[in-house]
Amino acid sequence: MSVAPTWTIASVRDALLAKKTSARELAKDFYAQIERRNPEINAFLALCPERAYAQADRVDTAIARGQPLGSLAGVPVAIKDVISTKGVRTTCGSKILENYTPPYDATAIERLENAGAVILGKTNCDEFAMGSSNENSAYGPVRNPVALDRVPGGSSGGSAAAVAAGLSVAALGTDTGGSIRQPGAYCGVPALMPTYGRVSRYGLIAFASSLDRIGPFATNIADAATVMSVIAGHDSNDSTSAAVDVPDYAAEMEKSLGGLRIGVPEDYFGEGLDPELRAKIQAGIALLEKLGCKRVPLKMPHTDYAIATYYIVATAEASSNLARYDGVRYGLRVQGNTLMDMYRRTREHGFGPEVKRRIMLGTYALSSGYYDAYYLRAQKVRALIARDFANAFEKVDAILTPTAPTPAFKLGEKTADPLEMYLADIYTVTGSLAGVPGISVPCGKTAAGLPIGMQIFASHFAEARILQLARGFEKAGGFST
Amino acid sequence: MKISREEVLRVAQLAHLELAPEEVETYRGQLDEILSYIGKLQELDVSGVEPMSQMGPQQGPGMAGGAKGATAAAGAEHELRDDVVVPCNVAEAVLAEAPDAAKPFFRVPKVIER
Repeated sequence: MSVAPTWTIASVRDALLAKKTSARELAKDFYAQIERRNPEINAFLALCPERAYAQADRVDTAIARGQPLGSLAGVPVAIKDVISTKGVRTTCGSKILENYTPPYDATAIERLENAGAVILGKTNCDEFAMGSSNENSAYGPVRNPVALDRVPGGSSGGSAAAVAAGLSVAALGTDTGGSIRQPGAYCGVPALMPTYGRVSRYGLIAFASSLDRIGPFATNIADAATVMSVIAGHDSNDSTSAAVDVPDYAAEMEKSLGGLRIGVPEDYFGEGLDPELRAKIQAGIALLEKLGCKRVPLKMPHTDYAIATYYIVATAEASSNLARYDGVRYGLRVQGNTLMDMYRRTREHGFGPEVKRRIMLGTYALSSGYYDAYYLRAQKVRALIARDFANAFEKVDAILTPTAPTPAFKLGEKTADPLEMYLADIYTVTGSLAGVPGISVPCGKTAAGLPIGMQIFASHFAEARILQLARGFEKAGGFST
Repeated sequence: MKISREEVLRVAQLAHLELAPEEVETYRGQLDEILSYIGKLQELDVSGVEPMSQMGPQQGPGMAGGAKGATAAAGAEHELRDDVVVPCNVAEAVLAEAPDAAKPFFRVPKVIER
């Protein structure tokens, strides 16, 4: 059905150095593919060929002159449309930012381009990254390239679909409750949510500030590691970014898995998990055992409370972060007779239903009389969920779970019931709340051919451990379990 | 019933959202279902648990609630930049995005009545 991705970061580099193609030619080929396939998939909201070709020419000049190349030289990448790109329209999938062009680049963008990456364009997503199916985009849903009648997952659905369809070699997404990992699972590509604070969020348009993270999609673990090496690390423009050394992921990921303790929490394998997925994930874990890992049964007793906690914390923060869209400084303005009128009309016309729902839920949870019962209690339960992880990491080096309870569902299947949609994130929100890193890696397919994702968590700043397990799993053929 | 029609209207007002009449009941029903689900948080005993109010390097989440053996933020230092004035010539670029700018201001409907 889909055109399988053919390029990797390494193969781009080899082809460029062997002069089999140029960065400009490659960009042109990718744009041709996008032109052909995007009308169907709707992964891209905006393309920036001028910027891409200028960057490609810089790379080609460097090659011609024999100058040293960055680790992403000439690699075509796609960027989720919540990350600011100077001079390139950035909508967050919302009508309220339909004509917004950021006056600056996000740090992650700057770092990608400094490493030679060629940014092709901006990818579709749920409005303000709120959603699990990409159906909340004001610019229409993305279709899963593996099965066009199904969702790609969300909220970073466009980035996942672009990589899975071979429309970009790698992509950036953002993850607040599962928005990198769940679409990675649905589209069958590796998708990494780094530790909270690992990657600068300067220029990321905020949804929930204690949860939002930027991370990569790629077609293989080595590529995910390369992108991480480029974007990770402290940034003086983001006071929440951590001054923690970034290890050599490419070297770390090749280490043997012998002796690693992998925790398998029973709480992630209960009712609600599709039996077909359960069998594949168990087979994936068995493969890791064969590679020398030691399986440790775990209990993480607060897992079942994570969705409820998340939808208080995330919506409360969203209600505050989205207060800035009022028609005064940027984005949509709908005129009113008074300032208040203008605020209300702008927000009524500019926001879609899910964003309004979450703003209202968050406003309610923070409002006088309900703060203690909802927000404060959720912050306490969040501490208990974080404690589950801290306790687990005293016994194990990593935690293995399914990424999502089901494979990609059909377009329209869950749009009528917001709560049911929220439950698609049941296995991913835990790690979001705890601040730990997590990846989704392909782990076989269902009988119907739908991708299955296995999730690997490690402790704070232990992305290298995650990549090591994921790489070992990939090398042993785990992706086609 | 967790949330009434009046409360939906009050919340919409607090959030500066103007809801169409037919939206009010839709949101009320949906918020009611979500809040009922969230009610499960009441099952837990959280006495003595410190709320996890801050993420990031300055207070690793693993330390929240007094969990020992905090795995968080090993070696993570919270860094603040030096408090010095640096050039910030962005007014032009910022105002270029404004729906209605009268340099160096953003223009809005009259706020102060005389």
